[in-house]
Amino acid sequence: MGKVIPNDTCDAGNINKMTSPLLDVHELHKSFPLQGGYFASSQEKCLAVQDVSLSLYEGETLGIVGESGCGKTTLARMLAHIEKPTAGEIRYRGQNIFNFDKKQLKAYRRKAQFIFQDPYASLNPRLTAGEIIAEPFTIHRRDLPQDIDSNLESIMKMVGLSRDQERRYPHEFSGGQRQRIGIARAIALRPEIIIADEPVSALDVSVQAQILNLLKDLQDEFNLTYIFISHDMGVIRFISDRIAVMYRGRIVEIASNQELFENPQHPYTRTLLDAVPRLDKGPQMKREYLNK
Amino acid sequence: MSPVLAVDNLSTWFDTEQGALKAVDEVSFQLYAGDTLGIVGESGCGKTVLSLSIMRLVPTPPGRYVSGQIKMNGLDLLSLSETEMRKVRGKSISMIFQEPMTSLNPVFRIGAQVSETIRLHQGCNRTESHQKAIEMLRLVGIEVPEKRINDYPHQLSGGMRQRVMIAMALACHPRLMLADEPTTALDVTIQAQILALINDLKREMGTSVILITHDLGVIAENAQHVAIMYAGKFVEYADVKDLFAHPLHPYTEGLLHSIPRIEGYYSRDKRLPIIPGVVPDLSRLPQGCRFQERCPDVMPICRDEEPALIGQSNPKRYVRCWKYQ
Ligand SMILES: Nc1ncnc2c1ncn2[C@@H]1O[C@H](COP(=O)(O)OP(=O)(O)OP(=O)(O)O)[C@@H](O)[C@H]1O
Ligand SMILES: Nc1ncnc2c1ncn2[C@@H]1O[C@H](COP(=O)(O)OP(=O)(O)O)[C@@H](O)[C@H]1O
Ligand code: SF4
Ligand SMILES: [Mg+2]
Ligand SMILES: [Mg+2]
Repeated sequence: MGKVIPNDTCDAGNINKMTSPLLDVHELHKSFPLQGGYFASSQEKCLAVQDVSLSLYEGETLGIVGESGCGKTTLARMLAHIEKPTAGEIRYRGQNIFNFDKKQLKAYRRKAQFIFQDPYASLNPRLTAGEIIAEPFTIHRRDLPQDIDSNLESIMKMVGLSRDQERRYPHEFSGGQRQRIGIARAIALRPEIIIADEPVSALDVSVQAQILNLLKDLQDEFNLTYIFISHDMGVIRFISDRIAVMYRGRIVEIASNQELFENPQHPYTRTLLDAVPRLDKGPQMKREYLNK
Repeated sequence: MSPVLAVDNLSTWFDTEQGALKAVDEVSFQLYAGDTLGIVGESGCGKTVLSLSIMRLVPTPPGRYVSGQIKMNGLDLLSLSETEMRKVRGKSISMIFQEPMTSLNPVFRIGAQVSETIRLHQGCNRTESHQKAIEMLRLVGIEVPEKRINDYPHQLSGGMRQRVMIAMALACHPRLMLADEPTTALDVTIQAQILALINDLKREMGTSVILITHDLGVIAENAQHVAIMYAGKFVEYADVKDLFAHPLHPYTEGLLHSIPRIEGYYSRDKRLPIIPGVVPDLSRLPQGCRFQERCPDVMPICRDEEPALIGQSNPKRYVRCWKYQ
């Protein structure tokens, strides 16, 4: 397969394509050894991510879709420097993140935050909501910019939590509230990039809508750049400026939101779109609901 | 024709420090052979407790079957002994659980777990069940299943674990399948395959299905009837086509509006219409309608008295709302 050229004609949002990309992923590979029992040869590998190249521009939302097991989480974990690639590079403002020294890595970890799929498993159950959200400030206390707002109350307010919820433990919150805690923690240090791996997949449609709106509000306010992984085409349609379609570890198509949905090029993209279950006859829009 | 499953006025409550938590409250419905009932509702509204009640797997205490009957082919499930119930569970009803790790054993290879289930339910020997397990895993979309059978659950991606569990549930050839958010974690193509497998089972074995999901699209394509559940109660019950063409209950309407659609284009400044607020605490329910705090149409009577689930002029439609009494 030839290299995929990002579609630069896209009209999406306020992306500034004149500047160089914030993140540049170059021919990234990741394989895991396959457990084949006693007799399997050790040569056999699971190729989770194969030859992935893409660019991420400041202020944009890049959606990533693809079937289960196609390597989305593996890619996200490498972007967040949680996992090392087998080959290839990820460049942040031109520098390979896997060559960073300790100090550079710490700075990168502050700039690129991760939001997990499972709001149940990803929060430390022994810490209160307040402690969870404040933890990044402790970790990075030596290298924080001066103008950063470390006021817990204002951070909690930004994600729709109230001050009196500060002392409660994760198990005392609903799934949507837990995801808000995860988001609060991720934005606390004013990162540039948020890598969100299926952040709304575990949530009800009603809560999902609230969180999706929140993510868009926060993006407007802080000029955040998102990598947003989802298997839900409706969610991807709502949130993304550009979309990368992954299939068996590879990116098979990258296009602007409108291009991808209105003029899909790759057969797998078409399969994906055809498989989306539809509400036969859409519900009639009897009333305009108020936002909020 | 008599129904495969008849649930009549079922209430399952939990005793908690705050008092009785009414997880399932006065729920009634009937399900016929080969039919699918979709159940939709927000997390915590009682969907899982309803299916656990049918399986009689609610932990008692703290749980309590407060009222009602569950009849499966005329058999009164709530009055069976535990031994008898275990037989029903193994043979006639199987459940796909929401959390795959609850039905997968972390210390056994997945192949062993699937073939064990097949051996138990289809009465075949080890070699056969081993082959069938590989076949079953292939059917649910696991690639290179002859290698994957040697994996332990933690070596699979979340979606793959879900599929292994679905393979096990399908292998039981049940009369009634309870599928609790079976495809929520899966992408659309795999989801479509799995729903097709469940539909095959319906056609070939006449299996009836209760499909719990928050994906209304999945319901629209796979269920004949749909119940909208809110805070322990059914608030709307209808044929699928009617429900989507004309949602009646304000909650149903709000849900349908809050879904992002692939047909729509959403510019940067577009936001989704939301249902404000959160579900009420099931142990501290308000007097009157349970949806009153979030309802755009709330009237004075809604705060005083709880509406009943009332049949509409269309005989297959029921709504619990003062607007339609
Ligand atoms: N620690 C590991 N050991 C072995 N194989 C792994 C490991 N982590 C991931 N894999 C394999 O890598 C592939 C990609 O996994 P990944 O978790 O990235 O998928 P995904 O696209 O996020 O899927 P899902 O939508 O189900 O979450 C899968 O085949 C998976 O089994
Ligand atoms: N073992 C239990 N003890 C006490 N409360 C429970 C128990 N299991 C469920 N509940 C409560 O019952 C209600 C319904 O839960 P559930 O059926 O799991 O909801 P869902 O619709 O998300 O499946 C919730 O308020 C939940 O907290
Ligand atoms: S009964 Fe009243 S509060 Fe409840 S859903 Fe109907 S209109 Fe709304
Ligand atoms: Mg994943
Ligand atoms: Mg549940």
